[in-house]
Amino acid sequence: MTAPARATTAHTTLTERLRTRIEHTVPQGQALPDRQPAYVRSWVYVFGVLTLSAFLVVLVSGAILAVGGLTWWHTSSVGHFVNSLHLWSVEIFFATMVIHLWGKFWMAAWRGGRGLTWVTGVLLFLASIGTAFTGYLSQTNFDSEWISTQAKDGLNAVGIGAFFNVLNPGQMLLWHVVLLPFVVGLITVWHVVLVRRHGVVPPIDAVAPGETVPGDAPDLSTASQEEARP
Amino acid sequence: MMLRAKAPRRPVSDSHAFPTRSYDLVKEFLIALAVVTVLTVVLAAVFSSPDDKAISLQSWAKTAPSDVVATAAGELAGTTTSATYGPPYNTNGDGQQLLFLPLQKWAGVRYPVDSANDLVVGPLRSMTGDPAVTGALARWDSATAQQRTTWATAYGDALSKAPDGEPAKVASGDYGPVPAMAAGFQRLALTGGLEQQLTSGPFYNADPTKALLLLADGSYLEDQARAQSLGGDQWGMMNETGNYPGQPWLWLYTFWYQIDPFKSSDNADALVWGLMMVLTLGLMLVPFIPGLRSIPRWIPVHRLIWRDWYRRTGH
Ligand code: HEM
Repeated sequence: MTAPARATTAHTTLTERLRTRIEHTVPQGQALPDRQPAYVRSWVYVFGVLTLSAFLVVLVSGAILAVGGLTWWHTSSVGHFVNSLHLWSVEIFFATMVIHLWGKFWMAAWRGGRGLTWVTGVLLFLASIGTAFTGYLSQTNFDSEWISTQAKDGLNAVGIGAFFNVLNPGQMLLWHVVLLPFVVGLITVWHVVLVRRHGVVPPIDAVAPGETVPGDAPDLSTASQEEARP
Repeated sequence: MMLRAKAPRRPVSDSHAFPTRSYDLVKEFLIALAVVTVLTVVLAAVFSSPDDKAISLQSWAKTAPSDVVATAAGELAGTTTSATYGPPYNTNGDGQQLLFLPLQKWAGVRYPVDSANDLVVGPLRSMTGDPAVTGALARWDSATAQQRTTWATAYGDALSKAPDGEPAKVASGDYGPVPAMAAGFQRLALTGGLEQQLTSGPFYNADPTKALLLLADGSYLEDQARAQSLGGDQWGMMNETGNYPGQPWLWLYTFWYQIDPFKSSDNADALVWGLMMVLTLGLMLVPFIPGLRSIPRWIPVHRLIWRDWYRRTGH
């Protein structure tokens, strides 16, 4: 993807290559720009950042829950309140994420080499569902008793249950607090870096001023395809 | 300036070639974070969160003694869900298939559970001070497998015919030691010691797989869940105890369980899972699927989102 960089890195050290790679992932000045294209003017754009914020609140409230351990929140009113914070931030997280998803759909925001941004978004949606699900299984209450004994059939039916035992809250808790949040966090970074790499997608049919033939400007991704294509 | 050509093959302009306006990303983020934090605190303070206590095997035995007795008889007869499950617990069933692929079977028996012995007989052996139970166990041990099944099945049938399923009202018959074992099992659960008997570890009992299978073999757990609209055919997957929002993002997954052919299929779990995987893949590949990716062009919500831009550029 970084063709110019690659051409000059034929005989350099791994360190140099990594540096070039990092430096060219996002165009200069675009990692944290203080200006955006004039068309970035809609409430829809806020939902990505709202999702990100909600994820942080989920992480912080979850971390406080973790301090007290698996069953702390059943017996402590402070713990119960922190659990409420965790639950409601998760609901906000999903609500904003789903609005974000639909917003990006109607904007066909995968155009102009942004296909991977969309794909990482869907991966985030899936990983988040898995994280929330394992959270429900880690509650150690009636709800988790019921959800786990129901969910086992779905996962056993396709062989997953043989390795991912929803009836074992120890296993589920570790997925919930370590493995899956790590995955969500990692893909989130990837997702946002991709957004900064390509810049915010122009409106459908929009042509940059001064471009006689649309798309004359070099496409960072080297992809220049059909309008609705990524 | 704007091209209105119908030609589908048209590259997208580089976003960096457009005129810009000042935009403070960090400020936007901080405001978003503050809004979400405040909203979370308010929702948590106003609505709290649900926490219905776990059903212990002791409370099960106290509240629904007949169900515990019937479940014990079922485990001994080999008729319960876990006893007939198949992989990953045992080989007493083949499990479900997806497009004729027996994935469940292929995954193998990874958490071996012998329902009669692991869930009932084993725990009963700890009741060394209970002569009714030790006597019944001696009789059980000396009987053939077939005799055991005959006794337990007959008792299970008789229980289901008794008024309210009450063991005391069961018609007389040849049930061997099964009634004494099932009654002893209910007494054992009542002491509160049964969970410990069902965990494999000698001290750390972090894995209640067997206890959960036992609880789910009874009807008490399901009755409690259905009363809260948590049943699979009640959209239960996305519901939550009380009136709380649960996992509404699972609406499509749980939707399929409400309709045919899934509703009435023995393979529903595998079918729904397979269907959801296909749909999810479709969602992921929307940008690459001709037709699907053009929907936003045909239903021009984007003209609303970017109305300022379109107006200013005279589009
Ligand atoms: C953890 C969940 C997610 C987080 C934290 C997140 C975050 C963000 C942020 C901060 C942006 C830039 C601002 C904006 O345009 O809103 C963005 C852009 C984008 N997101 Fe997400 N997102 C998430 C999930 C998703 C999902 C589920 C999808 C769709 C399936 C998606 C698709 C996109 C696309 C296509 C863009 C590029 C928009 C453009 O170029 O204008 N994201 N995301």
